[in-house]
Amino acid sequence: MNRFALPLGLFALLAVVLAIGIKHSPDKGTIASPLIGKPAPQFSLPSLTDANRIVKSSDLRGRWYVFNVWGTWCGGCRLEHNVLLQMRHADLVPIIGLDWKDNDAEALSLLSQLGNPYELIAVDHDGREAIDWGVYGAPETFLVNDQGLVVYKYIGPLTQEAWEREFLPRLPAKQAEKS
Amino acid sequence: MMRGFVIALVVSLMLCATAAYAVDPTQMPTPALQARYLALTHELRCMQCQNEAIADSPVDLAADLRRQVREMLLAGRTDDDVRNFMVARYGEFILFRPRMSMRNLWLWLTPGLLLGVGALVAVRIVQQRSRLVPQDNEPLEEDIRS
Repeated sequence: MNRFALPLGLFALLAVVLAIGIKHSPDKGTIASPLIGKPAPQFSLPSLTDANRIVKSSDLRGRWYVFNVWGTWCGGCRLEHNVLLQMRHADLVPIIGLDWKDNDAEALSLLSQLGNPYELIAVDHDGREAIDWGVYGAPETFLVNDQGLVVYKYIGPLTQEAWEREFLPRLPAKQAEKS
Repeated sequence: MMRGFVIALVVSLMLCATAAYAVDPTQMPTPALQARYLALTHELRCMQCQNEAIADSPVDLAADLRRQVREMLLAGRTDDDVRNFMVARYGEFILFRPRMSMRNLWLWLTPGLLLGVGALVAVRIVQQRSRLVPQDNEPLEEDIRS
């Protein structure tokens, strides 16, 4: 009995460690963002919809906003487009778009066909802004609070369920009440 | 037959190697910078493909990150500046060789610890056995059972 106690104990310990590892391993190979809890990157980029305008992060200071990275070349973005339109319709929090490595004309034509869920769209032709946000595949969606801190990051096409489960509870009460 | 198979395998592996090197034609101005550039792009993970280094990956994001590495090196930044820049945005996961920190210290120390425990156990077993040798008149327990 005694000579089996130690190996068995070690085995049980290993099983527990591995079980915890499996339980905490992120879904679908998504990677936690180191930006959570940190200030959102500063940016100053041309606007997609208005050639004379610059979209600046400093203009968003003091407001909660959703920062959505997308592109017309991105199939997953097409999937979440209706969810974004519904979010816009609900009007709880503005959606700022980052049009990532895209063609401006194609992006504008897509938005005129499907509808524009964004309050502002910043253009990132060369992908530098996306690197600052640690983006590794569109669509990715960040929630930024009124202090300018990144609160949450969602990777992959947004769903209504993800919006209700992950975003709504994080919004301040007076904003969530409006729903 | 077997020989032919081995040759075919080696040749096809060599073909793969040349294809991989064609991904990144970047030339840095000096051999020293080129060496640092190659080392860094081989130790940074392509986050999209995850098991490839940005040096070997043909995807767009890897090209953007290589450009970032090149520009930082040309601007005179150190290798650690580049690593810190990447980790601040993408997390430790972007490094193929994780750095030692308080959080993963136990991961670095456990192998040595286990080796030490194993050595202790081995020494004790050898000591016990060698003490048996002088008065070894009776057969061992294992021998009786078999």
